[in-house]
Amino acid sequence: MRFMMIVIPKGYEKAKPGAMPDAKLVAEMAKYNESLHKAGVMLSGEGLHPPSMGARVSFSGGKPKVTDGPFTEAKEVIGGFWILQVQSKAEAIEWAKRCPMPDGDTVEIRQLQEFEDFPADVQKAAAGEPALREQLEKKARKR
Amino acid sequence: MDPSATHSVANGAIEAVWRIESAKIVAGLARMTRDVGLAEELAQEALLAALEKWPGSGVPDNPGAWLMAAAKNRALDHFRHNKLIEAKHEEIGREAEEGFMPDFDAFENDIGDDLLRLIFTACHPVLSTEARAALTLKLLCGLTTDEIARAFLVREPTVAQRIVRAKRTLAEARVPFEVPRGDELAARLASVLEVIYLVFNEGYSATAGDDWMRPALCEDALRLGRILAELAPNEPEAHGLVALMEIQVSRLRARTGPSGEPILLMDQDRTRWDHLLVRRGLAALARAEVLERKAGGSLGPYALQAAIAACHARARMYSETDWRRIVALYDALAQVVPSPVVDLNRAVAVTMAYGPEEGLALVDAIAAEPALRGYHLLPSVRGDFLEKLGRLDEARGEFERAASLTRNAREIRLLLDRAAALHPGLRVVK
Repeated sequence: MRFMMIVIPKGYEKAKPGAMPDAKLVAEMAKYNESLHKAGVMLSGEGLHPPSMGARVSFSGGKPKVTDGPFTEAKEVIGGFWILQVQSKAEAIEWAKRCPMPDGDTVEIRQLQEFEDFPADVQKAAAGEPALREQLEKKARKR
Repeated sequence: MDPSATHSVANGAIEAVWRIESAKIVAGLARMTRDVGLAEELAQEALLAALEKWPGSGVPDNPGAWLMAAAKNRALDHFRHNKLIEAKHEEIGREAEEGFMPDFDAFENDIGDDLLRLIFTACHPVLSTEARAALTLKLLCGLTTDEIARAFLVREPTVAQRIVRAKRTLAEARVPFEVPRGDELAARLASVLEVIYLVFNEGYSATAGDDWMRPALCEDALRLGRILAELAPNEPEAHGLVALMEIQVSRLRARTGPSGEPILLMDQDRTRWDHLLVRRGLAALARAEVLERKAGGSLGPYALQAAIAACHARARMYSETDWRRIVALYDALAQVVPSPVVDLNRAVAVTMAYGPEEGLALVDAIAAEPALRGYHLLPSVRGDFLEKLGRLDEARGEFERAASLTRNAREIRLLLDRAAALHPGLRVVK
């Protein structure tokens, strides 16, 4: 099963554009990433620029509304993530416990939804519209 | 909090720690004691100690170090008190005066080397393939005997016995705990890769049982392959095998229909492939290709199979498949590992790339191969080519013959349906 480990750095919601972790933390993180690779559990992982460099698109009344960061109302924001393939939630927790996190930071663990987790009707919807796919195939053949 | 809940949480945590730490502990102990069997027993004793202590005390801050210390203590006890010490005395001759004591301090460094030694030892060619697979799952993946038995659909005592015998064989053959060097390395690496791919395939296309696939076993094999590729980063075939497994496993969720029926590659919904795994597979393949180019060699069998899988992975639709490239890759594969099954697959690619006439000629050329006798895919493929050529009567005969050669009910159904479709005037009696 797969889990996302989500990093919630303390105060990152207020970080200035271009804010970066210090070299010491990056070095520790690199070492930690290597241990994940060497254990064969790491599928991917990325760090994110602060929300002050991002934007939010919110939906209300059928219309998207764009707000540039930072987002004053946000109490905690994501700083990065890993995707791990492990045998259990307990194993994901065990890996999270080994993260070299600065004081006050949080790592949240969330399981990825797999296709098999969906009920039958959702599976059908997730599989897409077969007729549409066939149309696309036909178009491609003509080309 | 409910005390039983704390208990169960701790138990899950212990299992998780074990999964992460056990191979490293066994590997470290094996180097110190020069005995893989003993190392595994000591590690198990440390696990028992953890199961006893941790539910009450909680998981220690550095659980790996705790387990290692517990195992070391038991090793010390073992070497101080166990009567086996006499046997060791004789083996080591002069050192015996002071009694053999492993160097317990010299092991914190280079745990990676120890792990690699453990992989090569567990997959030593002196063991049967089955024994290698069982021992590898036990020592490297931390699976229990019961879990291994369920994975291979055999009884638990059978697996237990297999492992006991394997350990004995390793001891009797005095297999040294080391990474092979020089000429020996290639053959020994092949033996390791074979075991990992065997475990993978057992999960990917289960040879027996109700489930067509057992994904957990695929994950174990993939994890092991990734570990190996990290430990032996300069071995192109290690990356080749990882690439092959990543790409194959990326299709896992598209390979079965709603009622568990297999879906063939050409009919799979490619949007359901796991594209993260596809990317990982392509990256691993690229690494294998770079390493092979640097060494001035040509791709090995795993990298070639991965390259073929990559052709499918790159095609967004079946109709976009680069069949000419696949034919060329099968040419190369047939050179490296000549086999009638490779030839048969090559014939399919040739038909897709150059037309059924050429494919049929190739199939007819290998039809008499003893290795293909009774192999249902031979008439099935031949029937397909004949159908494409409009030779419908012959095609029907081949599909019927193919149906008589397989025991898989779903395949029989599929083949008889294809036969029936070629003869609309008749209804097939099933």
